[in-house]
Amino acid sequence: MTDRKTAREELPMIEVRDVTMRFNLAKEKTDTIKEYFLKLIQGRLHFDEFFALKNVSFTVSKGESVALIGRNGCGKSTLLKLIAGVYYPTKGQIIKRGSIAPLIELGAGFDMDLTARENIYLNGAVLGFDHKFMDAHFDEIMDFAELWDFVDVPVKNFSSGMLARLGFSIATIVTADILIVDEILAVGDFEFQKKCHRKMASMLENGTTLLFVSHDAEQVKQICQRAVWIDHGEVQDIGESGKIVEEYQQSLTQA
Amino acid sequence: MAAVNKEKVSRWKKYFPLIHELVLRDIKVKYRRSFLGYLWSLLNPLLMMLVMTAVFSHIFRFDIENYPLYLITGQTLWSFFNESTNMAMYSIIQNAPLLKKVYIPKFIFPLSRVISSFVTMLFSLVAIVLVMLFTRSPIYWTLLLFFVPLLLLLLFCVGMGMILSSLSVYFRDITHLYGVLCLAWMYATPIFYPLEQLSDKMQYLMHFNPMFQYIDCFRSLVLYGQLPSGTTLLACFLASFGSLVIGLLVFNRLQRNFVTQI
Repeated sequence: MTDRKTAREELPMIEVRDVTMRFNLAKEKTDTIKEYFLKLIQGRLHFDEFFALKNVSFTVSKGESVALIGRNGCGKSTLLKLIAGVYYPTKGQIIKRGSIAPLIELGAGFDMDLTARENIYLNGAVLGFDHKFMDAHFDEIMDFAELWDFVDVPVKNFSSGMLARLGFSIATIVTADILIVDEILAVGDFEFQKKCHRKMASMLENGTTLLFVSHDAEQVKQICQRAVWIDHGEVQDIGESGKIVEEYQQSLTQA
Repeated sequence: MAAVNKEKVSRWKKYFPLIHELVLRDIKVKYRRSFLGYLWSLLNPLLMMLVMTAVFSHIFRFDIENYPLYLITGQTLWSFFNESTNMAMYSIIQNAPLLKKVYIPKFIFPLSRVISSFVTMLFSLVAIVLVMLFTRSPIYWTLLLFFVPLLLLLLFCVGMGMILSSLSVYFRDITHLYGVLCLAWMYATPIFYPLEQLSDKMQYLMHFNPMFQYIDCFRSLVLYGQLPSGTTLLACFLASFGSLVIGLLVFNRLQRNFVTQI
């Protein structure tokens, strides 16, 4: 029994196996039935294919923090969304072992007409938490977000920083096994950013696995042990974060 | 295979609270900032019935006993079908921003929309009761079975919602076409006129009109104190489960590419 348990713990938390993601970039979008059949008959129903990711493979072990770096449009966000389960890979396989807290875009699923209080329950449900659980953690969320003054105000009146605060506080209420963070900490004031970093650090200490996307080289070196450098949908290099960040920055200055 | 399904079901279970929250949200947002709020679910069908009763008892005369009740029963079921399928149709398109950001089992969206319409319809059942009391219509024991056609209709709408929501992602035309289809369908269903008004051929065709079957079933129980005939019940069952199965198949087939299409 104990053998099996340790064997399980040694399995990587995230396994990305030879993943390819193809988008059909329809130059002229075939949105109507008439167009579709016309094109089908004329044999013009073809799309421009765009490979956002090509044969990407890597693994992340338990408790590790890994950064994804690369230029805009290189496929980082696509990869995060594949891991979060938003997209299905065209080819290849992604295996996840554990619960995921996706901080891809904070407050996804906020209804602007509802108040902060109502949105906490709604957004909690989007992340898979029931009403009772949210009840138990409600105060904690509001404390962290420091938005008690606005608890019954519709969130359409919130600033983007306030929305980010609320979103972050909800998404990090449980210690998920895997935390996916996509350049979200840029919003919010300095104090709150520091608070978020402290929270992430404490989650890492508790054994959470982190997948992190950032353009801030210092931040990557500080937070992550390893880095995956992606360029035009292909993995350029994987290794110790300091070394990879350096390589990446050199490639930028050369170009 | 069984293990995979079990895992799938437990994953879905995690999202049951979401259905609850979405239904709650739909209902809250619907009446937010109106003075009468939820009362509208009750007032709306009553006012509609009054207008239509006025129109049809003075301009076109139909020989129907207890016309207000005849009308409001048909009207309530039809409005539920109309509202739920129309809202479900847009559910995937409208939730595109959310679907692009987090993983959520996608069938939750059409399902929650249909359920919220169902809840609204349950409110408006009170309007039917009011009309029954007001017109002093006899109360039959069969009234207790009113939920049978309603639940079958719910399944039918869930199936239709799945089909419409997934197809409309690929072909937006459907959203325009469906409005016209619904209008034609409404006129082809004896809601405000009696079945006998139709030609023999049309009367025969009504066997294949699921909406008439549900309404007919509901009226037998509520209005006439009769158990619905075997063929009516069979037609209701077949339509419900047929729609549900086709809906699930179509939805399951198309959902993989939703996120890249919307």
